[in-house]
Amino acid sequence: MGSLFRSEEMCLTQLFLQSGSAYDCISELGEMGMVEFRDLNPSVNLFQRKFVTELKRCEEMERILGYLLREIKRADIPLPEGEVNPVAPLPKHVLVIMEQLQRLEVELSEVTRNKEKLQKNLLELTEYTHMLRITRNFVHRSAEVGPTYEEFPFLEKDSMMDYSSMQRLGAKLGFISGLIQRRKIEAFERMLWRVCKGYTILSYSEIDEYLEDPDTGEPTKSVVFLISYWGEQIGQKVKKICDCYHCHVYPYPNSNEERNDVVEGLRTRIQDLHTVLHRTEDYLRQVLNKASESVYTWVIQVKKMKAIYHILNLCSFDVTNKCLIAEVWCPVNDLPILRRALEEGSRKSGATVPSFVNRIPSNDTPPTLIRTNKFTSGFQNIVEAYGVGNYREVNPAPYTIITFPFLFAVMFGDLGHGVIMALFALWMVLYEDNRKLKYTRNEIWNTFFEGRYIILMMGLFSVYTGLIYNDCFSKSLNIFGSGWSVNAMFKSGNWTWDSTLRTNAFLTLDPNVPGVFNGPYPLGIDPIWNLASNRLTFLNSYKMKMSVIVGISHMSFGVILGIFNHLHFGKKFNLYLVLLPELLFLLCLFGYLVFMIIYKWLAFSARDSQMAPSILIHFINMFLMQGDGVPPLFPGQVGLQVFLVVIALLSVPVLLLGKPVYLYWLHNGGANRIGMYRGYERVRRHSEEELSLMRANDMEEGSVPSDLSTSREQQKEEFDFGDMFLHQSIHTIEYCLGCISNTASYLRLWALSLAHAREYQHTTSNCILY
Amino acid sequence: MVSCLFCGPKLAACGIVISIWGVIMLAMLGIFFTTHSAVLIDDVPFKEEDMHNDQDPPHNIYKLYNQVGYNCFIAAGIYVLVAALSFCQIKLNHRKEYMVR
Repeated sequence: MGSLFRSEEMCLTQLFLQSGSAYDCISELGEMGMVEFRDLNPSVNLFQRKFVTELKRCEEMERILGYLLREIKRADIPLPEGEVNPVAPLPKHVLVIMEQLQRLEVELSEVTRNKEKLQKNLLELTEYTHMLRITRNFVHRSAEVGPTYEEFPFLEKDSMMDYSSMQRLGAKLGFISGLIQRRKIEAFERMLWRVCKGYTILSYSEIDEYLEDPDTGEPTKSVVFLISYWGEQIGQKVKKICDCYHCHVYPYPNSNEERNDVVEGLRTRIQDLHTVLHRTEDYLRQVLNKASESVYTWVIQVKKMKAIYHILNLCSFDVTNKCLIAEVWCPVNDLPILRRALEEGSRKSGATVPSFVNRIPSNDTPPTLIRTNKFTSGFQNIVEAYGVGNYREVNPAPYTIITFPFLFAVMFGDLGHGVIMALFALWMVLYEDNRKLKYTRNEIWNTFFEGRYIILMMGLFSVYTGLIYNDCFSKSLNIFGSGWSVNAMFKSGNWTWDSTLRTNAFLTLDPNVPGVFNGPYPLGIDPIWNLASNRLTFLNSYKMKMSVIVGISHMSFGVILGIFNHLHFGKKFNLYLVLLPELLFLLCLFGYLVFMIIYKWLAFSARDSQMAPSILIHFINMFLMQGDGVPPLFPGQVGLQVFLVVIALLSVPVLLLGKPVYLYWLHNGGANRIGMYRGYERVRRHSEEELSLMRANDMEEGSVPSDLSTSREQQKEEFDFGDMFLHQSIHTIEYCLGCISNTASYLRLWALSLAHAREYQHTTSNCILY
Repeated sequence: MVSCLFCGPKLAACGIVISIWGVIMLAMLGIFFTTHSAVLIDDVPFKEEDMHNDQDPPHNIYKLYNQVGYNCFIAAGIYVLVAALSFCQIKLNHRKEYMVR
């Protein structure tokens, strides 16, 4: 069972997989999801690895699936929302899936192409119809103008080039008719006029309805035009200009009967086309519907297959080429599960020889694994956002389960809002299995949903701090009865009805008068402070001191956690050379501040509150080493402060130099040990040859081919003083500055709780009651 | 019969959440005002004359307290109506969804 305290113990294992059952074994391991594979072929190019063809096949299938999904989404077909988790398919099934996908792709692309062609046809026919309809009006109009056009015979009637007739000036009349986009018509007209210089007549009229532009698919307005021209060369120029402006030119009928025939024919053709298009769309929808049922299953299957082949590429073949060797990092506690998975895989593939696991020693740093459940995973993610811990380091996450919501609650501090927040989080937690909540694509909602346990904790803690601050929707609750009594000021004090009350806008309750202050409120802040005008003065002092106390305790706790790390890794010297100076620095300066705060709370009461010294001034004086001018808090304060400052200042060089100097001494002069190391190194260097022979021998026996690169690191690491000193000095500076700045930043606990109360107060007074 | 549906499902859900909150909060505020809680003094609209020309000292202020408290109850009642309306809209939306299917 894993624990949150520290990351899991991992071991490096070697898997021997029979070639026949390698796929199934890795599929089982993938479902288990607990091992990390090492790349045994780092020098091999991606394209030279063994399973490249299979990977290419998977990618091809992914491409087809992507195309399918796009088409399905475009047709607005709903996809099944259910949770599918199919196992990766066996290689023999892969061909079936591949074939199905390819067939679907071919069908889909064919049908889509046909549909586009049909739509283009339909558009052309529709345009032709419009053109015929509108040019009929032109001819009717021009027929009224005069019989001038009828003198000229139509150009098309002359099939042969008759030179004699061509010489007759302006005798040939031709028509070009078609459609052009509305935005181009003016430029078209101008160009025609400039080029043809009056030998053409252009009449045009706009079509009322929008036609779909075949290139862009957008509805555009088109204009039907009719050009009549004299002369064949003009005709060529006009045709070229029409081409330039991308006009759709249609043949102009010569007579009215021809026009009517064409119109009839067009109408029937359009009707037919509509029917065919309708059928095509239906068929397309049918195909997509069928595909949509299993599309998600295929997607996951292909993904799993691709992952398996990717992992298989990381393995290496052994000398006999009959079995695959893989190196995995596996948690020690999961070794039996790993064995069982391999047995399962071997059984499924029907292999005669089983695959097995062999644990090997290693000097590499294993990966960090921390097992989390749905509750702790949120907090672990927050901690890992700052950095993943090293192997077997103490995990800071279990403490954040409490400190993170608590510090939030200190800033939030409102009972009513805390209840609402907790209820919202409770609703999310209770309905966490609801599919609609789990699988929405909305990112902001997903953020809230993933953190539902964190929000629940924050809400519950806010209820608690709301009780302490006595703040419920920024009004106080009087549960126990206030400890202050105004009546006593009249009885025992010197207030009178007429003079005191009528002449003063603000009155001060004096706790020194007997009967006014009857003891502190049992839980939290007394509700009478909500009616006081100096409420903020009191609360500010209280909250700032509380923030500093919480901050120093939190930071000391963090530093003390380092003890476990130093002890675990066996570096006891770190305890005295790193941890002790750190703690002394922190506690001598800021711990003393906390001590002064608590001392002042305890030692001074309402009676001598006039003479209570300001802690801030004492703290500043401590650093300036000035003791005079202010009465001391307690006897011997000056001497104690000097002592503490000296200790804190001395701990900085110890922190800076202690560890590097000690390690340097260890490596270069410490007690006989180095002599031994030196001798060992010399011996090893001479026997490098023997070592390589030994290694070759080992490989034939089938064990330990992997630590080739790590064997060199088995020697004692060369000690780099410069590196270590730099590292330690950075740590020292970071620590000392961090102490000061982090302590100050804990004051945000005060600032935000102040802001929250004031914000809500303003909201209520502005919105709700008026 | 003309369709009574005038909000979509999300607006109706929003309406019912806000109405429930409004009912609970205004009812409690009304109770606190009618029990003359001192903490709510800043929200009672009293003027200088109420303070000085008072025969029976706190009763003017108490009357104002009660007034505000009744206002709160009336507002809570209005929110009950809004809640009922939103609930009807939710029901109608559900029915419309089922019928289309």
